[in-house]
Amino acid sequence: MSSVSDTAPKPQRRLPDLHVLGPILALVALIVIGAAMNSNFLSYANITNVLARSAFIGIIAVGMTFVITAGELDLSVGSMAAFIAGLMILVMNGALAGMGAGLGVIVLGIGAALVAGLAAGWINGVLITTMRIEAFIVTLGTMGIYRSLVTWLADGGTLSLDFGLRTAMQPLYYGGILGISWPIIVFAVVALLGEGAMRMTRFGRYCAAIGSNDQVARYSSVDVNRVRLLTYVLLGLLVGVATVMYVPRLGSASSATGVLWELEAIAAVIIGGTTLKGGFGRVWGSVVGVLILGLIGNILNLTDWVSPYLNGAIQGVIIVLAVILQREGKAGA
Amino acid sequence: MNDDSGQRAASPRGGGQGVTGRLALSGVDRSFGPVEVLHDVSLVLQAGEVHALIGENGAGKSTTMKILSGYLRPSSGRVLLEGQEARFEGSDAAEAQGVVLIHQEFNLAEDLTVEENVFLGRELRRGPLLDKRAMRTRTRALLERLECRVDPGARVRDLAGPDKQMVEIAKALGREARVLIMDEPTAVLTGREAEVLFAQVDRLRAEGVAILFTSHKLDEVKRISDRVTVMRDGRVVASRPTEEMSEDAMAEAMVGRALSDLFPARSAPVGEGVALRLRDLTVPGHARGLSFDLHEGEVLGLAGLIGSGRTEAMEGLVGLRPHEGTIEIGGHAVRIASPRAAQAHGLVYLTEDRKGRGLVLNMGLRENLTLQALEDFAHPFLDRRAEAEALTRAIRDFDIRAPSRDAKAGTLSGGNQQKLLLAKVLLAKPRIVIIDEPTRGIDIGTKQQIYRLIHDLAAEGVAVIVISSELPEVIGLADRVLVMRQGRIAGEVAGEAKTEDTIVRLAMGLDGKETAA
Repeated sequence: MSSVSDTAPKPQRRLPDLHVLGPILALVALIVIGAAMNSNFLSYANITNVLARSAFIGIIAVGMTFVITAGELDLSVGSMAAFIAGLMILVMNGALAGMGAGLGVIVLGIGAALVAGLAAGWINGVLITTMRIEAFIVTLGTMGIYRSLVTWLADGGTLSLDFGLRTAMQPLYYGGILGISWPIIVFAVVALLGEGAMRMTRFGRYCAAIGSNDQVARYSSVDVNRVRLLTYVLLGLLVGVATVMYVPRLGSASSATGVLWELEAIAAVIIGGTTLKGGFGRVWGSVVGVLILGLIGNILNLTDWVSPYLNGAIQGVIIVLAVILQREGKAGA
Repeated sequence: MNDDSGQRAASPRGGGQGVTGRLALSGVDRSFGPVEVLHDVSLVLQAGEVHALIGENGAGKSTTMKILSGYLRPSSGRVLLEGQEARFEGSDAAEAQGVVLIHQEFNLAEDLTVEENVFLGRELRRGPLLDKRAMRTRTRALLERLECRVDPGARVRDLAGPDKQMVEIAKALGREARVLIMDEPTAVLTGREAEVLFAQVDRLRAEGVAILFTSHKLDEVKRISDRVTVMRDGRVVASRPTEEMSEDAMAEAMVGRALSDLFPARSAPVGEGVALRLRDLTVPGHARGLSFDLHEGEVLGLAGLIGSGRTEAMEGLVGLRPHEGTIEIGGHAVRIASPRAAQAHGLVYLTEDRKGRGLVLNMGLRENLTLQALEDFAHPFLDRRAEAEALTRAIRDFDIRAPSRDAKAGTLSGGNQQKLLLAKVLLAKPRIVIIDEPTRGIDIGTKQQIYRLIHDLAAEGVAVIVISSELPEVIGLADRVLVMRQGRIAGEVAGEAKTEDTIVRLAMGLDGKETAA
């Protein structure tokens, strides 16, 4: 055991271990496999299609990374997205008569979605922090509530955006700048901001500390409940953002909207190397995780090796593998 | 300082049980990667002998114990059981041979009952079903043998520290332990609880069990051990019958130099200004009606038995627990609802539980160091360079010894963790610091460093409250000692009256009664 001081030799830079490289290697392998199997795989159209479709889960996964890093969990995001989508459509359809199918209604709809997301996240957070109920139970409950609410709002059917509005909103999903569509741009911006927040702000550091040992954080003058609440509010807001990108794509919402999004988002976070019990998180890993899940589906669709119906099974295998790799990375440390 | 007159492990040709003892190490080296942490360690545990293993943190005691009990294998050298070379495949194999290690942190399933723990993994069965009655009877017999009155059906979670220790020992005996190795068994026990443990150690010795234990409390080493082995920097530097070694000699062998006075002399006088004034501070369920003044530059000791409400009262003061009463800081009444609010008023609390509440063990030194005062490093993005500089300063000022700057806090030895914790709390530049058990479970050399740091703090005008179960520490450090009993301040002692005797009497409620002292 040597004393560390200014004069001590610089610590050797170790090569990043499998724990860090794993998700990237998996992503590269998928790209190589995809390219080898189908010449269309690397085409501009296919790549942007995969990215745009991954954007919804991706935006949510960025928020989920903070929640999981802080040792928490949110199962309600899929239902929440469906509920917000329904609400957004109702608000816009309702305002159509007074405001016309213009920018005003679209801004109103976007505002409603973001506020609803914030509120939904805040409700989860308050129930968990102030009322001290297990996150699993609270979000299992709200998951059922939102799913049921959207079914009720749609009266068991589908809520559809007014046709004129749908046309007016379509550029939000299909448009973009420099040939890159808006969902991809928003996803990229959210991911960059998230990565910055995780690595370079107190919020990110506090999330990791709380996830590792909330008692230590509490004894270190960290306002643990406030940070936890913030992670849920942030996630809710990002669910709102994802919904804003999602609604223009189909222009409708039903009880089938956003089904299993929570599992895909959690899976992406775990595949990316964030530890499920908290304490360590990386946003870029979650982005890689989302892309891995998206590419698997895409490759299965493009090739006829394996039935696309087995998509879920392959994703499941990847998730379990990722966790096994994580554990070995730890044991070796 | 090598002491060749001490008993060394017998040569391989020695053979017989009397020479090699029940369990022995012979010329054991152990490396972790490129770092060799044990060099040529030889050690003999005799049946019916209590063997104390002492040394500073990082001297290699834990590694030695783990090799003895099969958790680690030696890189070279041999482990001898009854004179025969033993190659334990793991701790299970060692336990099967009657060699049991009791960890400092108990290895009990908290939600299971005592008897379920005692028989965990080797449950008695009648056919496919558990034979609960037999297990209960056997557990009761084991506990009776230890004169321990714990109910076999009680949940371990509900037991006090020493009772858990007894359950661990009962569990070891249930595995027919012939060698019992205990890692700092008294670290979390009060003096009285330790006495109970020592009585049981005596019984086990009489029954012919070979016992090895580690402790930082040299007085208890002196009292209960038959033989002392001192380690330093991974080597055995002395191994002698206890009666031939004074406590001073032990301490010097551990540190490798003569120890000057443990407690530095006070150089700066206590300030005039009142830093903290408490009136009727009550922490419901734990402490009632605490009133005292704390001056700038003063070191105030807070003594009392464990459970007297010392820790809870101070946790209440800093907002970790709900409290009532008046708190004045620097002459102004303040409301402290959270540790954050306390810190904003320059008041911080350093926990007694450095592993559970003090440091995030799986985070690095830098992240731990700056956690408490992180806003000073955020503008608004975290300034990593400033953090690194703070770490460099802390390593220098607090003499933190770590394998590397990138090491995780959990890899540091106890003493270095404590220094890191101290550095972390002081980074918030407090005016009032409450330090709970500043030196629990750390070696004497580091203790001395920490005492100096506390002393320097007071000299800078910081007001310090030291909570400690070690009376010499409270007496040596503090200008004034408040003694708590059953949630109240039982009395205050200062100057000449500051003796162990008066403090113990106050703590036990014997004040005013005559004793044959």
